[in-house]
Amino acid sequence: MPLRKPFEQSYYPPLPTRWTRYWRTNIPWQFLRFLLLNVKMLRMVRKH
Amino acid sequence: MGRLLILGAGIAGHTAAMHARHRLPAAHEVVVVSPNSQWNWIPSNIWVGTGYMKPEQVTFPLAPVYQKLGIPFHQARAVSVHPDGSPERPKPFVTVEYTSPERQGQTEQLEYDFLINATGPRLNFGATKGLGPEANSLSVCTYGHAAHTAAALKTSIERMKRGEPQTLLIGTGHGTCTCQGAAFEYLFNVEFELRRQGVRDKARLIWISNEAELGDFGMGGMFIRRGGYVTHSRVFAESLYTERGVEWITGAHVKEVGARESIYETLDGDERSVSHDFAMLLPPFTGVGLKAFDRAGTEITTDLFAPNHFMLVDADYRKKSYDEWSPADWPETYQSPKYPSIFAVGIAFAPPHPISKPMTSTKGTPIFPTPPRTGMPSGVMARQVALNIADMMTGRATAPTRKASLAHMGAACIASAGASVFNGSAVAMTVYPIVPDFKTYPDTGRELRYTTGEVGLAGHWVKHALHYAFIYKAKANPLWRAVPE
Repeated sequence: MPLRKPFEQSYYPPLPTRWTRYWRTNIPWQFLRFLLLNVKMLRMVRKH
Repeated sequence: MGRLLILGAGIAGHTAAMHARHRLPAAHEVVVVSPNSQWNWIPSNIWVGTGYMKPEQVTFPLAPVYQKLGIPFHQARAVSVHPDGSPERPKPFVTVEYTSPERQGQTEQLEYDFLINATGPRLNFGATKGLGPEANSLSVCTYGHAAHTAAALKTSIERMKRGEPQTLLIGTGHGTCTCQGAAFEYLFNVEFELRRQGVRDKARLIWISNEAELGDFGMGGMFIRRGGYVTHSRVFAESLYTERGVEWITGAHVKEVGARESIYETLDGDERSVSHDFAMLLPPFTGVGLKAFDRAGTEITTDLFAPNHFMLVDADYRKKSYDEWSPADWPETYQSPKYPSIFAVGIAFAPPHPISKPMTSTKGTPIFPTPPRTGMPSGVMARQVALNIADMMTGRATAPTRKASLAHMGAACIASAGASVFNGSAVAMTVYPIVPDFKTYPDTGRELRYTTGEVGLAGHWVKHALHYAFIYKAKANPLWRAVPE
């Protein structure tokens, strides 16, 4: 079934490109993101 | 010697108990009352609901932990608060009714010097006809509900494997629900599981929610910087729903849940129906329904509690329009204005108003999310309240000195969107502050440096790591204080 049907609700939102989807599960890149997410969360903790 | 009595042993109550016990000298007593024998890491219940985890992986018995910490534990539910005592008992006390098998139904009066109400919500399935595991829909609010839901999902998947198409309806079961994030996580974990089992083409997935727009999450959504734009979370949410082939119905108040069809009202006042073979719909919450009595035995419940049974604290509860809302409306110390020795944390405190803009349908039905106050903020406010009380009990302070307003607090939220070490994903979000402040941040309501969001496998790893870290902490294992709230 096609993902988008013209003029229905799924027609308008942006979709990630194949490249974007690839990086979402690229292990070395995601490992870096994992470290960064931990830093971001610690920043939140320090703001309490 | 004083006694701090804590009602509830969820994320807020348990956090408060651990910090208070650690802070207070042994001469002071910390006592916990909870109707449940198990501690539950509720954020992982969504994984129990798909069968990715078993109930025993998200729970552990409370009694041994409290024994280790030197905290007397009563497996009982609080029935009434008597902040002025009674003619027979001059000190303030709480009447509890035991739920443990050996003392089932017995009552006792537990005195206190300070009281923390962390009783969490009552799951108000009765608000919508046919809603709930005892009627026509499923839930992931408790680990028991989630295990039941996992069994129903398994049955549904077996049907799909036999070639039978299935429609799965997931979302909120009433116009005033909160916790859209949990339903969102469950939706995308189900979608992931269906793909993993090779039956995605047999499933029609429909999201139904009281949010006016996707990506609201009960906090009015959020803006983040991405791709050279400052973009609202609605755009990212719609993108994810489209990418994963999920249809959505927003601004919906579910009026009735049937075995195969549910009826809902939309913001434009229309009454519509949606067919389904499987429905996981979260209920609205109320307070647990504690009563309060004065010394003479006259009921004073309205002095302590709002009409929705959540406890009144140091918030500004004056009725205001959306445009008049201010960050200053939100409580800072969670102290009862009428009884300074009583505090409420987590879901138990009454918020002054929603965070998302209140909407009503053209028929006058309220359809908007109530504010989320679980997870990280719940733990932070519990810790601050526990430390304030410890200081007051030991004479270090005469009033609360630490503050934990949601209007000045940040939060990290990891919303799972598929559980797998190599192919999973989650939406990792940070927001600061939780309650938007459009005076300080006129365009976005929040500080963009600290308000972020991304989708990826790393988020799944973080959520998994947090699962183990928080259970480790809640068991009061060595160095538990190193794990932040």
